[in-house]
Amino acid sequence: MKQYSYFPGCSLKSTAVAYDESVRAISASLGIELIELEDWNCCGTTAYSSIDRLESIAVPCRDLALAEKKGLDLVTPCTACFRTFERVNSHLKLYPFLKPKVDKVLAAAGLEYHGQVKVRHLVDVLINDVGVEAIASKVVNPLHGLRVAAYYGCLLVRPRVAFDDPENPESLDGLLKSLGAEVVPFPAKSRCCGGSLVISNVDLALGLIQRILESADSNGAEAIVTVCPLCQLNLDAYQGMVNSRFGTKFSLPILFLSQLLGTALGIKPKALGFDRGIVSPDKVLAGHLQESVR
Amino acid sequence: MSKNGQKNGDQIAIEVYSADGYDFVEEIASEPGGESIRSCHQCGVCSGSCPNVLWMDYSPRKIIALTRAGKRKEVLSSNSMWCCATCHLCTVRCPRGIEMPELMHVLESIAIREGLAGRVSAPTMQRTLVNAAKRQGRVHELGLMGRFFLRTNPLAALKIAPVGLKLLLHGRLPLRAEKIEGTDQLRAIVKEAQKIEGAE
Repeated sequence: MKQYSYFPGCSLKSTAVAYDESVRAISASLGIELIELEDWNCCGTTAYSSIDRLESIAVPCRDLALAEKKGLDLVTPCTACFRTFERVNSHLKLYPFLKPKVDKVLAAAGLEYHGQVKVRHLVDVLINDVGVEAIASKVVNPLHGLRVAAYYGCLLVRPRVAFDDPENPESLDGLLKSLGAEVVPFPAKSRCCGGSLVISNVDLALGLIQRILESADSNGAEAIVTVCPLCQLNLDAYQGMVNSRFGTKFSLPILFLSQLLGTALGIKPKALGFDRGIVSPDKVLAGHLQESVR
Repeated sequence: MSKNGQKNGDQIAIEVYSADGYDFVEEIASEPGGESIRSCHQCGVCSGSCPNVLWMDYSPRKIIALTRAGKRKEVLSSNSMWCCATCHLCTVRCPRGIEMPELMHVLESIAIREGLAGRVSAPTMQRTLVNAAKRQGRVHELGLMGRFFLRTNPLAALKIAPVGLKLLLHGRLPLRAEKIEGTDQLRAIVKEAQKIEGAE
């Protein structure tokens, strides 16, 4: 079993608790062991870089310093956390003048970081370490007949990613097809959901969310699959507000990739957090959940 | 400055590296990610790609042009950077390799420092989040939203209350905030970072 340091992030402890539950539930079946990074702290997200530039590098560095001691790749299912850590690593490489400052700041807390932690998004681990073929071989409950839109959002693939295209990504499409699902064309697959702007500028965010839901719905999707806690929250919890604002009747369950993966692997629906969805997935998944065998 | 940034912005001449602009550009360029402002050749692909450009006082391209022209106050008190969702669509299309969101964050941090970000509520949200991140080591979403609306517009909370209630009923908004053991380490990190920045 390959081991990883696991960084859930704050959202997976609250609004995206279903993501955390389902990721933990599928890991053993996929031959990966996720060891939660002990006493991890909030990465600060992009918000921190607007408030204080040096702290926005130094605070997430505490996590990287803790992870470096463990010597394992640091894997997170949260795209915002993933991007924050990736930014710290790339900044430390690109701007050598930051290094002595960060060293000094970390030393004040009795820590050190040498830039050695490989930060990985869960999708990267699933596609490149576990492998689509290996996943397909473990499917006991294929999702035949389920039409899904694979939603990548922004930060999984932008500003840079080694394993996919930044504007027309396809890695999730292939993974979902290997589970037996039908992946519909989805022009908005890497468009922005507004992220945390949904709190500070809800009118702006509702427009972005509407466009994504419309794109999936008009292409015949029965559900949207996401790998980001913020995308899930915005598309799911604000779908009702979108409907009343735009006079639409969207009823699209927003599922985490790990929830569908777990279903295909035959894991019981209860362990996958399906009851956390505000737009209930029960109807769409009815046939598939009954077939769960493990 | 008229409210209609689009029209008004068009009338402002783009003086690349005016005397005032030089200082402002240097100030931004001294921050990691800010140096890319020198590379822009004003093609406007960023503005054409931005999903939120219609909400902005000035498009991303204009923000760069105004900065180089030394229009410091116009840039820093505009709402443009606060409309940026950091989606990086502009970044991957920019022929000059500029990470516009990083530049926007540099401008945000200067605007906050100089008290010019008063007209938008995004900074309050970000400051609330950051305070939790450095004091507790964890962000508690229910507390974050509560504090944000109390500080900005308590009435707007009513609009969003049904969303919060649904999340609560689905077990997605724990009432209790978490706190990490290493808060003393975070305190030390923040204190030292502020000392270094204060000395500069």
